[in-house]
Amino acid sequence: MPWLSILIAVPVLGAVAVALLPKGSDKAAKQLALGVSLVVLVLTLVMAVQFAPGNGRWAFQETYDWIPSFGVHYAVAVDGIALVLIALSAVLVPIVILASWHDADGTGADNPPKRSVKTYFSLLLVLEAMMIGVFAATDIFLFYVFFEAMLIPMYFMIGSYGGAQRSYAAVKFLLYSLFGGLLMLVAVIALYSIAGKSTFLFPELIGAIQDPTTQKWLFAGFFIAFAIKAPLWPFHTWLPDAAAQAPAGAAVLLVGVLDKVGTYGMLRFCLELFPDASKFFIPLVVVLSVIGIVYGAIVAIGQTDMKRLIAYTSISHFGFIALGVFAMTANSAAGATLYMVNHGFSTGALFLIAGFLIYRRGSSYIADYGGVRNVAPLLAGTFLIAGLSGLSLPGLSSFVSEFMVLVGTFSSPVENFGFEIPAIIGATGVVLAAIYILWMYKRVATGPTAESVSGMKDLNGREKLVIVPLIALIIGLGFYPKPLLDVINPAVGTTLANVSVPAFAPAHPVADQKGAGQ
Amino acid sequence: MNNTFQAPTIEYGQLAPLLLVFGAAVVGVLIEAFAPRYLRKSFQVPLTFVSLLGAFALILVQVFVSGVPTAPAAMGAVAVDGPSLFIWGVILILAAVSVLLITDDDHFVPQAAAVPGSAEEDDALAEGAAHTEVYPLVLFAVGGMLLFAASNDLLMMFVALEVMSLPLYLLCGLARRRRLLSQEASVKYFLLGAFSSGFFLYGMALIYGFAGTVDLAGISRALGTVSGQDPLLLIGTALLGVGLLFKIGAAPFQAWKPDVYQGAPTPITALMASGTLVAAFGALLRVFWVALGNLDWDWRPVMWGVAILTMVLGAILAITQTDIKRMLAYSSIAHAGFLLVGVIATGDARQNADALSGILFYLLVYGITTVGAFAVVTVVRDAGGEAGHLSRWAGLGKRAPALAGVFAFFLLAFAGIPLTSGFFGKYAVFAAAATGGALPLVIVGVVSSAVAAFFYVRVIVLMFFSEPAADGPTIAVPSMGTAAVVTVAAAATVVLGVFPEPVLRLADQAASTLFIR
Repeated sequence: MPWLSILIAVPVLGAVAVALLPKGSDKAAKQLALGVSLVVLVLTLVMAVQFAPGNGRWAFQETYDWIPSFGVHYAVAVDGIALVLIALSAVLVPIVILASWHDADGTGADNPPKRSVKTYFSLLLVLEAMMIGVFAATDIFLFYVFFEAMLIPMYFMIGSYGGAQRSYAAVKFLLYSLFGGLLMLVAVIALYSIAGKSTFLFPELIGAIQDPTTQKWLFAGFFIAFAIKAPLWPFHTWLPDAAAQAPAGAAVLLVGVLDKVGTYGMLRFCLELFPDASKFFIPLVVVLSVIGIVYGAIVAIGQTDMKRLIAYTSISHFGFIALGVFAMTANSAAGATLYMVNHGFSTGALFLIAGFLIYRRGSSYIADYGGVRNVAPLLAGTFLIAGLSGLSLPGLSSFVSEFMVLVGTFSSPVENFGFEIPAIIGATGVVLAAIYILWMYKRVATGPTAESVSGMKDLNGREKLVIVPLIALIIGLGFYPKPLLDVINPAVGTTLANVSVPAFAPAHPVADQKGAGQ
Repeated sequence: MNNTFQAPTIEYGQLAPLLLVFGAAVVGVLIEAFAPRYLRKSFQVPLTFVSLLGAFALILVQVFVSGVPTAPAAMGAVAVDGPSLFIWGVILILAAVSVLLITDDDHFVPQAAAVPGSAEEDDALAEGAAHTEVYPLVLFAVGGMLLFAASNDLLMMFVALEVMSLPLYLLCGLARRRRLLSQEASVKYFLLGAFSSGFFLYGMALIYGFAGTVDLAGISRALGTVSGQDPLLLIGTALLGVGLLFKIGAAPFQAWKPDVYQGAPTPITALMASGTLVAAFGALLRVFWVALGNLDWDWRPVMWGVAILTMVLGAILAITQTDIKRMLAYSSIAHAGFLLVGVIATGDARQNADALSGILFYLLVYGITTVGAFAVVTVVRDAGGEAGHLSRWAGLGKRAPALAGVFAFFLLAFAGIPLTSGFFGKYAVFAAAATGGALPLVIVGVVSSAVAAFFYVRVIVLMFFSEPAADGPTIAVPSMGTAAVVTVAAAATVVLGVFPEPVLRLADQAASTLFIR
């Protein structure tokens, strides 16, 4: 069965169906979108169950000629890394749809204008198709097409449904990403013509570029695009604007999934296509990552706006992920991949709960809140759990991945670079995380009840339905990450083997021990 | 001395599309002379469509029944080869689509001779007069475009240039509203166009002095045999280049484009922005690849400069524009620069074929999207006619979501976002240039695209993310023709953005034989 094509086609058809609903059927649009996204989730789970890591590198492979004149194929397949990221997307979309139920209705406390509900949910489904496509693509051209095309629905979601500064944020987001994408396009074209294989199929292009100088240039083209997307310091300035102005649901997908395309691209394409250049650039990337970890965390502490704060924490976390990828040990790379998933859940939960708060109070400024836990204990409690996962409390999912990244990095022998120091500096990010999360929680939820939040209602049924699965995943993966790691490890091993980094012992024992220590 | 007159051989079959269009244009003039005024339009419109579509059908017959000719026709004056036939097909499609826009009388002045704002003008308006001369003029212009792209000697090319340009100068001055702007555009275009023709003519004379022939193949041969005449050749090449680069609107000869595009009636702008550009690229390629192909060491550095300047200037100046038509004009300049990147990407035969195929595909997709975009411009109106000023477009997405959505889609295609036809056009040209060793140009092109994306996106922001102005423009109910144009253009932009392969293959085949000599 062409699983991946179905996973891409179902949301596209759903989006068309939602868009074609007659005027005034807002409720039907929401229900239909939710239904479609649940179907995609079920299909993804059914597919994931059939995935057997041992059976060669790629599973569910489909390859058709798309544009033979250019050597372009419609080629999709997954390995463990792509599979968990597709699963992340498929889990987050229904949650986001449920959480965004009233985002376009114009019913929030700050009286946003009523906007087209159909368009919003239809864009969400288009975005879902492209997210799945971008992770599944094994043709570099196809990957590029999804990589660029997915900007458009997100651009409209931020620009049409976002906060007061939405058009500025949307344009900044689009132009930054587009610029990076176009640099990548040059590298893609050059890769094609220099490799001279008349194909864009990724597996055939591994090892096609041998010349070290060429590798470095092409690496730069790809890497800058991914560093903007992820984003790494100093390419990050668009993210706080975009995430703060986007509606909460869109922010979840933006930070939780879209940005992962950047780190995924580094792991999948930069490392394997240009192994020598990747090793050459280790010092640079590691320095950028470590600056990002510390800088993101310190700036987050100073934020007055909840969504901007969460965005900056993500910049810090992306530093960890990039560090893990470029430390190139089995532990660090598997930890980075796991981190991509865990970060999606924990940041997603944070954004959504912040979104609930903002919907009730009509402001995203921390100073406008106080004592929320007195009036809405469930809301405050789930906020705390999501926050604690964000600061990598042992027992919650981010801890496992962050620990793996740091341990893997510390012991990395690659290129004799001396990874101990970046790992130690990176570890300070964990301490800073405690400050920004707990301080935000303190100001928002504890203390005397602010007058403006005194009438705040606690989570309603729909919102509980949104939060419960996320909290369950955060705790569950915190104690038992093995199912994900079993899928991730072989894939990461293959990747690192293609970079010809000496192989190491499999990763999961470390995680298991820590999980057991709780 | 041989006094007997040798009748030239004319391959009527190959030239049939040209003859049909020119013949219909002449008949159109006769209709103007003899048919009563109230009947003229009902003769002219069918005649125009039949001739354009008939010519297209003749091309299909030529390609699929007779096969693509391998030798020039009409004693070597016209080359009906693969690229010519493809370009002819593209021009005829674009012209037919533009004529659909032209059939909407509302764009043209009722009586061009009346002084703007005078009593005569009011009378003509009240009377419902219309200039049906527009149709034969368009046919002459289209015929000129066809010939321009297929001329195989410089003299024929010059004649075609004039046949193409003169009707356009006139048509530019026929806008119904803002007539002074329109007339100014017409005079500017005429004066600058006349200068550029002069340059072309002078260049041709110098080249003749060098080669002793105006035949493109003959010039190419002379490059290898004639020596000691380099100044004639180089100056002649430069002057020819000026004349041709003027027509495509490459910097530093781009100044006319924004003024003319803004002032001309929008359907005519659509025709110029698509058809003229295609034809001019056909001619430019023929001169620089066929006649001067072996001189590439000399013209390449200049072309690099021109291409870079055109891309950068077009993209940057477009940012400051406040009028939608001027913005599209600067965008057209930037696109001309992208296409020039392809012109430079020469190499061996295989490389040339790749570059040519990319250019042909680009011309087609850019032309169709352009006509569609101008068609949208024609229906966004306020009291003074089309709402040209960008601020008037604020909030259009709320008033007319479908129309604004389609326009946004065209803009994304101009910006070269994947899953639109514009992306593959740009990709084809840039990929050919990269393999042809022009990677720095590709990087400049890509950076210019990013800059250009800014102003395309700005319009989308205005339409969708801004609140509508209280006295915002009304959306005229599009006539059947206009609606058809928008639909066709949008469909083509989607289909060529998702399944470009059949057309790419067609362009490949057309380009595979390269230009015949």
